[in-house]
Amino acid sequence: METWLEALQPAHLNFLLQGFRITLEVALISIALSYAIGIVLGATRYLDVPGLATLFAVAVETLRNLPILYLLIFARFVLPTLGIRLDPFWSAVVGLTAFEAAMISEIVRAGLASVDREQIEAATASGLTRLQILRYIALPQALVRMIPPTVSQFISLLKDTSLAVAISLPELMHNAQIIYNGDPVRYVLPILATTAVLYFSVNFLLSQIAHVLERRLLRT
Amino acid sequence: MVYLDLLREYGDLFWSGFRTTLGVSVVSLLGSLILGTLIAGLRMFPYAPVAAVGRAYVEFVRNIPLLLIAFFFYFGLAPFHINLDEIVAGTLALTIYTAAFIAEAIRAGIHSLPKGQWEAGYATGLSYAQILRYVILPQAFRLVLPPLGNQFVNLVKNSSILSLIAGPELLYQGEAIANATFKTLPVYTLVAAFYLLLTIPLSQFVRYLEKRLSGKEFVLEGGEAA
Repeated sequence: METWLEALQPAHLNFLLQGFRITLEVALISIALSYAIGIVLGATRYLDVPGLATLFAVAVETLRNLPILYLLIFARFVLPTLGIRLDPFWSAVVGLTAFEAAMISEIVRAGLASVDREQIEAATASGLTRLQILRYIALPQALVRMIPPTVSQFISLLKDTSLAVAISLPELMHNAQIIYNGDPVRYVLPILATTAVLYFSVNFLLSQIAHVLERRLLRT
Repeated sequence: MVYLDLLREYGDLFWSGFRTTLGVSVVSLLGSLILGTLIAGLRMFPYAPVAAVGRAYVEFVRNIPLLLIAFFFYFGLAPFHINLDEIVAGTLALTIYTAAFIAEAIRAGIHSLPKGQWEAGYATGLSYAQILRYVILPQAFRLVLPPLGNQFVNLVKNSSILSLIAGPELLYQGEAIANATFKTLPVYTLVAAFYLLLTIPLSQFVRYLEKRLSGKEFVLEGGEAA
């Protein structure tokens, strides 16, 4: 008990929360960027833009099938050899966004494909171009259907930011390690438990929201 | 040719990393299949408190990072004077983490079967266990196959976290080779190629399965469409 109180002294908790703030920041920026890039990638493939669609398909397939940890290390340690130097924060954003944008582009594609064929046919018959159909008919419906899977992706992102310990980003997992390395035998369990509680509470809340949204969307 | 030189000189290291990645993924898949089936059984148990244990496991594990579980097994057992080997700790973490996702996939598969299947089973005089064994599980298995394949792809990718506890898998060996040769870009390109060699055929196969097994046979007369 005393050990736990000492391990969880205010200074330590503060340090954990500081890390959690970075975790949330990286995850929020990455999901916003991934969402924007994912829509462009997904729409391009949906419209079957010659050349680009194939190029994006290959990029998406490659990124989706690589470990996120690999992409983070690539962004931090390999990009500099190509003249692109990023600090840990932006390396994390770039690595995570590369992966998540690929995942979201697949969600966009599935969302666009799920729009009723009759609607597309009706729109085509009334003389709308493919781009207009995308903009006014398919995308608005797809974006609504995308909300629950996007929340799930955000949960994954929050968990995956922990991999940025590999590039020394001072996020939650990194700060937890710094604290328990001060006195491993006594601190490791209380600190890991607290870290788990922090991740869990936010992610559980988000997953419940995703459930409610999913049920609501299914009803309409 | 820098790639060939690298492969000639460090092929053994790449190969040993590749084998570790594959081995850890296969062992974790088998482990999480067993554990995941047990958890799914708990989760669907007719007695609520037991079902709650299954649900607690799934919700807790799914909502914390895999890396945290790995650190727990690698660093967190120090107070109990237990030191697990890097590969053992990593494999345990992967198994426990993936089991939660497999449990959900199995549960979803069984739930999506029409109720009429059970009713027809009872009507022909089969017992609960017989219906499960001969009617439900063979069909559920086909539904669960694609998500299981996806979990295997995830395992191959997720096994890279072993490198953060010094487990000598593919990414770890890649880092070692890059540090020894300073040929950073070619080394990491090869590492990517080795990962993709495993994951792309696997995920293409999963897609093929998804298309082939997509619920055709479950729109049964009198039953709800799955």
